[in-house]
Amino acid sequence: MPHYIQLKAFGMLAEKIGSESLELVNPGSSEFLRQQLLEQFPKLKSLTFRMALDRKIIQADTDISQGQEIALLPPFSGG
Amino acid sequence: MDRFERQVILPGFGQEGQAKLKQASVLVIGAGGLGCPALLYLAAAGVGRICVVDGDVVALSNLNRQVLFGQQDLGKNKSETAVQYFQEKYSDIQWKAIPEFITVENAQELIFHYDVVVDGSDNFPTRYLVNDACVLLKKPLVYGAIYQYEGQVSVFNVGSHPCNYRDVFPNPPAPQEIPNCAETGVLGVLPGIIGNLMALEAIKVVSGLGKPLSNKLLLFNSLNTQFQELEIQPNPANQSALPASWNDFHQRDYSSAFKGIQQLTWNEAMKLMGQEVAFVDVREPGEMPPLDCSGLVKVPYSILSSQLDQFEDAEEILCFCQSGVRSQKAAQLLQQTYPDKKIFSIRGGINALKS
Repeated sequence: MPHYIQLKAFGMLAEKIGSESLELVNPGSSEFLRQQLLEQFPKLKSLTFRMALDRKIIQADTDISQGQEIALLPPFSGG
Repeated sequence: MDRFERQVILPGFGQEGQAKLKQASVLVIGAGGLGCPALLYLAAAGVGRICVVDGDVVALSNLNRQVLFGQQDLGKNKSETAVQYFQEKYSDIQWKAIPEFITVENAQELIFHYDVVVDGSDNFPTRYLVNDACVLLKKPLVYGAIYQYEGQVSVFNVGSHPCNYRDVFPNPPAPQEIPNCAETGVLGVLPGIIGNLMALEAIKVVSGLGKPLSNKLLLFNSLNTQFQELEIQPNPANQSALPASWNDFHQRDYSSAFKGIQQLTWNEAMKLMGQEVAFVDVREPGEMPPLDCSGLVKVPYSILSSQLDQFEDAEEILCFCQSGVRSQKAAQLLQQTYPDKKIFSIRGGINALKS
């Protein structure tokens, strides 16, 4: 039985992914997830983004458990 | 009757909160889509001293969101026009207009004299510059930014384990990731909401009311009217991205984003002007102020890729735009096409010429 996680994308990242939310098979860690996303959505390769796990911004590779929510955040500069 | 009666009778605010507002000083960077609404409510609430920094002038396309300005203000400096508007409404507030852009040269002196900084600027170089200066001064910084239908708000350098912008995004994105300022759409009400949230945070920081958004990043999506709050933690690893000292800060070139593209000041650019030099305005039609001089070619960035062959005969190419980001992209595109030509971007664009 694969484990699923919820992905939420903001700003330009949602445009590149084509959706604001997505259910994915859990790749196990934030770095594996990043690699998987870059493969699945090559347009993300040129973009800066941070990840938040269960609403906490993560600074380093972090394990992801079943059912957790991952958010992808781009920097905004508009005013 | 007192002008502030309705807020003074609030439990938890009172005369004490009002007195703190009166004693407080706020520096608002940028009187644009975020700065205008933030200023309206900071002023109405009775902040004692307010300074507005903006070197830009009012353009027609600003009016859908920059609610302090009207059609009679086109071409006027934003900080001076905003301050003039408020001086008539609230003469008891100490107003100051700085009709310049914030730079590594003036940031320390400007920020030093205020209790809180509200950053309503519209570009990454300014955001990183303001963040770094506020970290060096340990100055509370209210951050707000928008992209299309979404906004972000946070409060930096406040609390016992304060965060700053580099704890969220350690380094600026590359220019090719950044949408062109002339091409990003915005519905005026979104910066209205985010700018109001920024005013609220500034009021909380100076009055001690409630809990400011320190160590939190608030996200707002205007299409589904959803707010989400994310936790931020200070990350010692991001310290290395910050300038270690004022000396280090003064040496930094926040506007340089493209590796290999040489940036020139307007003075340096003027000295280069000559027969074999193409001088190119890559702004879109209608961007203010227009620049007209002999030898100037206008090729908007949006169509540059189809117009590259008209630069075949030029030995050197000088590009400029409004703030200096698009012209770096244009220079990059031209350099790829003509690797042997000398291609430059003018630092800070027209904005640098104005201030």
